[in-house]
Amino acid sequence: MRNWRILLCVAALATLANSATGAPHVPEDDAVVLERLPEKGDPALAQLKRMRAELTRNPRNLERALAVARNALDAARTLGDPRFLGQAQAALAPWWLPEDVPAPALLLRATLKQSQHDFGGSINDLDRLLAAQPSFAQARLTRATVLGVVGRYADARRDCAALAGRSAAIVVAACDATPASLSGNSLDAYETLLRALEHPGGDADVREWALTLLAEIAARRSDATAADRHFRAALALDPRDAYLKGAYADFLLDQNRARDVVPLLRSDERNDGLLLRLALAEQRLPDESVSFARHKEDLAARFDAARRRGDSVHRREEARFRLAIEHDDRGALALARANWSVQREPADLRILLEAAQSAGDAETVKVATDWIAANRMEDVTRLVRAERTQ
Amino acid sequence: MIRCVTWFAAMLFALPALAHKASDAYLTLERDRLSLHGQWDIALRDLDNAIQLDTNGDGDITWGEVRSRRSDIAAYALSRLQVSSAGERCALSPTEQLIDTHTDGTYAVIRFAGTCPQGGPTLALDYRLFEGLDPQHRGLLNFVEGAVSRSVVFSADAPHRIVGGDSGGWWSQFTTYANEGIWHIWTGFDHILFLLSLLLPAVLVRSRGIWLAGPSFRDSFIDVAKVVTAFTVAHSITLTLAALSIVALPSRWVESGIALSVVLAALNNLFPVVANGRWMAAFGFGLLHGFGFAGALQDLGLPTGSLALSLAAFNLGVESGQLAIVLVFLPLAFALRSTWTYRRLVFAGGSVAIAAIASVWLVERAFDVPLLDALAAVR
Repeated sequence: MRNWRILLCVAALATLANSATGAPHVPEDDAVVLERLPEKGDPALAQLKRMRAELTRNPRNLERALAVARNALDAARTLGDPRFLGQAQAALAPWWLPEDVPAPALLLRATLKQSQHDFGGSINDLDRLLAAQPSFAQARLTRATVLGVVGRYADARRDCAALAGRSAAIVVAACDATPASLSGNSLDAYETLLRALEHPGGDADVREWALTLLAEIAARRSDATAADRHFRAALALDPRDAYLKGAYADFLLDQNRARDVVPLLRSDERNDGLLLRLALAEQRLPDESVSFARHKEDLAARFDAARRRGDSVHRREEARFRLAIEHDDRGALALARANWSVQREPADLRILLEAAQSAGDAETVKVATDWIAANRMEDVTRLVRAERTQ
Repeated sequence: MIRCVTWFAAMLFALPALAHKASDAYLTLERDRLSLHGQWDIALRDLDNAIQLDTNGDGDITWGEVRSRRSDIAAYALSRLQVSSAGERCALSPTEQLIDTHTDGTYAVIRFAGTCPQGGPTLALDYRLFEGLDPQHRGLLNFVEGAVSRSVVFSADAPHRIVGGDSGGWWSQFTTYANEGIWHIWTGFDHILFLLSLLLPAVLVRSRGIWLAGPSFRDSFIDVAKVVTAFTVAHSITLTLAALSIVALPSRWVESGIALSVVLAALNNLFPVVANGRWMAAFGFGLLHGFGFAGALQDLGLPTGSLALSLAAFNLGVESGQLAIVLVFLPLAFALRSTWTYRRLVFAGGSVAIAAIASVWLVERAFDVPLLDALAAVR
């Protein structure tokens, strides 16, 4: 009796699966909903759509273009949806190529270039902007961030120092925290940022950002208790922040807490970076093997789609995918090396070192360890530990 | 049964994990001699962006909404894809419209057919879908001819591509690039005007401040040959250097420099500074024009396997296109050289007109302002 029910269930599922994917077809009913637009149930995105429609009628209206670009960038960041980056760039189109453009347009252009991993272009724009307006605090903060991403810690710290007196103490401390902690001053950076956070109040976004950085530094210093506390405090301020969720998931994976990653990321399957962490967690959980197999296939398809369109912004994630999930050491190493030539955050260094060790490429291992030594990265415990286990 | 239903529900949500992805459209184009068949998958979300599919504004796109806009969708898409064969546009028309699912959502599937008025080894494609709406959009083309298929990516920076021809071995590839070379010089008015400015005085001689008819065809021929050879040698050098990425110049400088060369060449006819050494000017500025040709070649994309062959073919194409112009020009100009029409209208008037047009180009290119558009807007 039970058996035929299961059989029926499987047959019904098979039919459903057939109709839901596969060949081009004509839907049967006019009422079938084919696509749910992102602005459904999101007033901010509905507003963004109206603003874009207005901008189309008058594309050279700088004020409107800036507002559209800003909101689209925000949407891209929170949702992890790159289509909004295209919309932001389209809004800035009249100011995209010329050299002399108004300062706020130049700042947004630099931010957008950073998100496309055109770090050189971004720094160029910010250099020009700051040469004209040395006291433009947001531009200086953005440049410090980009310089940090490419591993120019001393230059980044110089920009952060120049913010003193112009920005809130917590902003100055948060700006300096990452480059300082990666160039031999991690304890100092941690304590300074912790002190700055002791003053209550201020902008919630800034506090969340500072708490995230604090958690990351604590994690690199192997202070798991503090890291977990800071991560959870940051999540309490914004449970939707994709960057924060990714960083927390990485921490949990390192702490062998894969079980905790699943509820954190279960509803973030659309975001490639977060789906990767979810799959990495499921890989270690025997009862999630069905879900893992599906997510593995999804990720392979997405990386393939990105490669077909000529994108290279996902190389770090793809290298991790190849190494940890597909066990393709050489492929992972090639991606990690290409990625390292563009961006140099701790996560980039880590995948470079791990891939090089797995593939037995001593030369690349040396590139990574030389970098650690040259920058006096005394707190990259995980990296050094990984190096010793070789 | 209840368990089955919950399973059902769970699997419904579980089936494809939708991805957040930048905008791509998938284009398949099949060619069989003069006839084309295509399929173009475009995300409904992107189409809504361009032509508002969500008519009732409830955030859901239904089949009813898509169905009622079918012809708009096809018209919007097909007007942004140009397929040409042997320099002539192939007419495309929609045949059928369906729905399909990709990793990031639901797509409209536009099937279309086309015919080209003329056959040729290659197809030139110009892809402008969502131009101005999403600079990150990519068109992923799969071109199929016989048993061979080839993938090409269109982007806002590279909307123009040549496909085909690489299936038929080196000869068809050679003719492809030679054709493109000819085509480039014939449609590149700046190069033609530069050459003409230098050739116009070849059938005349300057004596005591006035232009007189040249004495012999032989002299005119030698003068033309010197100018054309110098121009050819110079632009071949820089075309090769740039195509092999040995030297690179910013395209804005190159394009402005080319415009300036046309202005100077035309002005030199009106107020002669260089009379007999025009071949030297042809050589000097020819170096710049070579960089311009290289830019055009870059747009086409050089096949890495047969770089030298394609480069040589393109260059030979440019030269033969140029030779054809000279062969038409020289006998005509020589025959008319002693008439008032030639000396006042063609030579002087033509030089004034060329200088004027090239000055507009110069301002446009150097300052990055569309002057002609701006003038039109003022009116």
